Amino acid sequence: MIEQKRVAAEVLPPPTLRYGPLRWLRENLFSTWYNTLLTLLCLWGLYAALSALLEWAFTRADWSVIPANLKLLLVGTYPAEMLWRVWAVLYFVVFLLGGSAGLWGSLLRDAVVALSAAFFLLALLPFGMSERLLLAGLALLGGGMMGAGWLLRRAARLQTWSKRILLGLWVLSPILVVVLVGGLPGSGWLPTVSTEKWGGLMLTFMLAIVGITTSFPLGVLLALGRRSELPVVRWFSILYIEIIRGVPLVTVIFMASVMLPLFLPGDTRVDQAVRAMTAFTLFTAAYIAENVRGGLQNIPRGQYEAAHALGLSHFWTTVFIVLPQALRAVIPANVGQFISLFKDTSLVFVAALLDLFNIGRSILANPTWLAHDSEMLLFIASVYFVFAYFMSRLSQRLERLLGVGER
Amino acid sequence: MRKVFTVGLVVALLLPLLTIGQGQPTDTLGRVKARGSLICGVNNAVPGFGFLDERTGTFSGFDVDYCKALATAIFNDPAKVTYRPLTAAARFTALSAGEVDVLIRNTTWTFSRDVELKLNFGPVTFYDGQGFMVRKASRINTLRDLNGATICVLQGTTTEQNLADMARRLGITIRPLVFTDVTARDKAYDEGRCDAMTADASGLAGARVRLSRPDDHKILPELISKEPLAPVVRHGDDTWYDIVKWTVYCTIEAEELGVSSRNVAQLRTSTDPNIRRLLGLEGDFGRKLGLDSNDWCANIIAKVGNYGEIYDRNVKPLGLERIVDGKPSPNASWNDGGLIYAIPFR
Repeated sequence: MIEQKRVAAEVLPPPTLRYGPLRWLRENLFSTWYNTLLTLLCLWGLYAALSALLEWAFTRADWSVIPANLKLLLVGTYPAEMLWRVWAVLYFVVFLLGGSAGLWGSLLRDAVVALSAAFFLLALLPFGMSERLLLAGLALLGGGMMGAGWLLRRAARLQTWSKRILLGLWVLSPILVVVLVGGLPGSGWLPTVSTEKWGGLMLTFMLAIVGITTSFPLGVLLALGRRSELPVVRWFSILYIEIIRGVPLVTVIFMASVMLPLFLPGDTRVDQAVRAMTAFTLFTAAYIAENVRGGLQNIPRGQYEAAHALGLSHFWTTVFIVLPQALRAVIPANVGQFISLFKDTSLVFVAALLDLFNIGRSILANPTWLAHDSEMLLFIASVYFVFAYFMSRLSQRLERLLGVGER
Repeated sequence: MRKVFTVGLVVALLLPLLTIGQGQPTDTLGRVKARGSLICGVNNAVPGFGFLDERTGTFSGFDVDYCKALATAIFNDPAKVTYRPLTAAARFTALSAGEVDVLIRNTTWTFSRDVELKLNFGPVTFYDGQGFMVRKASRINTLRDLNGATICVLQGTTTEQNLADMARRLGITIRPLVFTDVTARDKAYDEGRCDAMTADASGLAGARVRLSRPDDHKILPELISKEPLAPVVRHGDDTWYDIVKWTVYCTIEAEELGVSSRNVAQLRTSTDPNIRRLLGLEGDFGRKLGLDSNDWCANIIAKVGNYGEIYDRNVKPLGLERIVDGKPSPNASWNDGGLIYAIPFR
């Protein structure tokens, strides 16, 4: 036994392999004659598959449909003279994100750097001059706020205060965004813009963000409820999760948007967008709940007993001991669910709302753009891909930061 | 004490529910006026009938123009419409549930929809139906000329059945070339593998624009099936039904009388009693309908246009002519041999 231990202590870490791209190529792609053959075959296959697409995209495709309809694709039928309000929301969000990135750092910093770079790249595209300036302004604001936050971090007292202010603004931000985009009834300078006029990428984002931020806490509560010792709570959670998971998302949205008025008294009308958001939240929460329950089952019994021995109540055991470990373990599953929610927002056409995808379909019915379906669909697909990939990368960073899979 | 508090809290939370929906008008027109806008159920993706137009930043199309006409009759403002894009599956439920005031969404008028779904259909605005697209150079001008022709058609649809029935009825032989998807069918026709292509006329019109040389093709005026498209309202509000009906008749009558958006202002001095009644100078028709002003029809003509103008603006660019080579389609005016006919304003 003793000898074994000594041997174990002498084990060296594996040598880090560093070599140039040529050697990498030789070792991975051309190591033997049949690997060389396979590599060449795959290269030919890739060329055959992609060359037609590339040739079409760069020579035959007429991309004019995208810039001509960009406003519709981004914000739908939102009144053009009110667009400054959408810009204001963008500036507000970048302000908050940048400041938070500077003050708290870590994961947010990567996100803001990526975001500012994206805005900067967009500003290089041939939009109108004012749009380009506004985009460049966003990039500068993101970077500037990050720098300001980083400076504030040095001063202990300023740091706590600015953190409090930022947190307060984050808490208020949903209200501020809704008032800015939707308007303040009765005020002269912010006339109401009903949700029928919200659309395009803006609506896709709103549905996804609201869906993600509200379904997560609801899902955690349902997961805890399903493991609760109170029979009513447990049975309600089980019933809820099983019913929602047993029906397709389209059905849930259809119920919320079309059938709901049949059950409500008289002329009561709930806003279409709110109905769709509720449907997405209720649906995703059931799946999140099952993901989280998987994480909860992973917590060994000893953890509960240890917490109990330390004198923690059931509530604080859950908050301090169980949930942090359980939630960390199910990050990949939950992010998968959120990405899926982001793409599923295209189902809101059932609720008479036009998100990015359905705005695209409506533009394609315009006799002017009838023959441009390939270009439009490819563009929409790449927009979805960029944001889904962004979310995926961010979750990988988060996993590394929290050491998932290492402990 | 605590129980009393709990009961009080629950009652206080439920009380507002009881007052919901009270004190609001129960008739559709009253609700539309109180709301300040008409909620119109539309289709958001049918070429020529409903689509998003980047130039106006909002919806456009033949059906959409009738939403605008109705809003103009009520508010004298074509912009006072809230468009609710509906799927085919949701449209009747949305109408029955009161989610929309009127459904103008390329909906075919059929017995079961009219009777079983408890709906009322307004006048037909567009006679759709299965038609044929041919090359202009082919010298096919009537259905009989299709004898011996190869025809591209979708598999397993009523379209395929109608085609066989037509051939039997006319005693001609045709060679159907059957496809399972629209894109393949259109491509085959475009490449010249068929002499003609058959589908609903409005669908043919959409397909025509996508062909490599749209101007080389025409759609025959004869149709072999009936798909009359009309605006729809719920049962139970006849005043509202009348307003929808006469809004459509206003545009048709205006065309018959030669009143258009260009000359409606000058024609106010007309002595023709028909025109004077249409423009609300005589007869008090607007008030009888329950509208605020007798100018309702004059406003529709001025701000949206007569039937011909609405048709030419939206459907004609797709290549669906009302009269092809002197032959009227069902959508021509009855004066030209078509079916578009207004009930007299008197």
